[in-house]
Amino acid sequence: MMSTENKKGLSTNSNAYTLIYAAVLVVIVAFLLSFVASTLKARQDDNERLDKKAQILSAIGVNDDDTQAAYDKYVRAEQIVNANGEVVKTEGGFDVDFNKQADDNNLPVYVCEKDGQTKYIIPLRGNGLWGPIWGYIGLKEDKNTIEGIYFAHESETPGLGAEIVTDKFRDPFKDKQIKKNGEVVSVAVLKKGLTADGQDQVDAISGGTITSNGVNEMLKTCLAKYKNFLTK
Amino acid sequence: MSELFSKNNKDAFLLPLGKNNPVTVQVLGICSALAVTAQLKPALVMGLAVTVIVAFANVIISLIRNTIPMRIRIIVQLVVVAALVTIVNQILKAFAYDVSKELSVYVGLIITNCILMGRLEAFAMMNKPWPSFLDGLGNGLGYAKILVIVAFFRELLGSGTLLGYDVLGWAQQFGYQNNGLMLMPAMALIVVACIIWWQRAHDKELQEK
Repeated sequence: MMSTENKKGLSTNSNAYTLIYAAVLVVIVAFLLSFVASTLKARQDDNERLDKKAQILSAIGVNDDDTQAAYDKYVRAEQIVNANGEVVKTEGGFDVDFNKQADDNNLPVYVCEKDGQTKYIIPLRGNGLWGPIWGYIGLKEDKNTIEGIYFAHESETPGLGAEIVTDKFRDPFKDKQIKKNGEVVSVAVLKKGLTADGQDQVDAISGGTITSNGVNEMLKTCLAKYKNFLTK
Repeated sequence: MSELFSKNNKDAFLLPLGKNNPVTVQVLGICSALAVTAQLKPALVMGLAVTVIVAFANVIISLIRNTIPMRIRIIVQLVVVAALVTIVNQILKAFAYDVSKELSVYVGLIITNCILMGRLEAFAMMNKPWPSFLDGLGNGLGYAKILVIVAFFRELLGSGTLLGYDVLGWAQQFGYQNNGLMLMPAMALIVVACIIWWQRAHDKELQEK
């Protein structure tokens, strides 16, 4: 069947042909891909923002199919606070890329109102076993009691570390306190049977020790950044 | 019309669904069969995505097969596949964000799925576009079929659900427990092995003498 080739009398084996062919192919593909990427960009960004909103709402136990409407209903302000706990801006917190821009004076806080009470949601970022883990912690009006918590991960082991996203792991965080004697001490994620010293604690995941430690560390470091805001 | 559905063309489409299944007989694409089959939904989407990509990659390569310089043919195939996969990934991100989140890295891994390169090299390089399209469709669906069967058993026995809907919840009060082991990648391999066993036991042609 290969006999039909070379109709044009061109040698497809010559160096010049091979080089030109490769160049033309790559240019066509490059144009095609950039066209697709730029036309779909707006839609993709919308999806990402909506997904982030859904994650934030999960921290106060709101899971609504219409994320946008629920977000508008519950979230009152997207504040930015600095390391001293002062509110620098009352809006724009949502657009802070917590991975890159969040230095100690650029900390987002989502102020929500649910059932007539104020809730504070603080983003979390840390490292699991294989990649980044992140989440949102929802605090009650006293900035101490946990209303709810949300975790997500990029590539933790399914059935082990990846269990941090399940309700089974997240539910015990509810009503735990992150402060002791007025100091922010976070909540310890500990193996069953161990007792934390001066901290509330929840059970770690058996078989997911490194991810559990990652969650523990993430809570500690992220809440420490907000300590002045939380003790105010 | 008779040309379009000749014996050869029918074989190109139907054989990969049964006797020449890419997963159970050619033993290609096993890695992704392990990765996305813990639940039925990602398995369905993965199967569909691979089907679309193999079919179109086959057609494109078949159309340009006579112009491809032999020395860089593998690279050309790879570029075509990579471009298609990237486009599918972008479309999923824009129109089915949840699914794309679930598939995450696996969509990118379609590029390295051996079925694609295998079919391009073995079929599309020396056949006309229409049979190539059928061959791609057949192999994609053959792959999807195995994925769905494996995912069906893994989700049902591992989580007691199907497509996220509770199926075996009622049995828990009688002491039934979901088998967490089914969610481990190793069990996918065992389920695939059981399918191969069943197929070989039924098909005399596949048995070694």
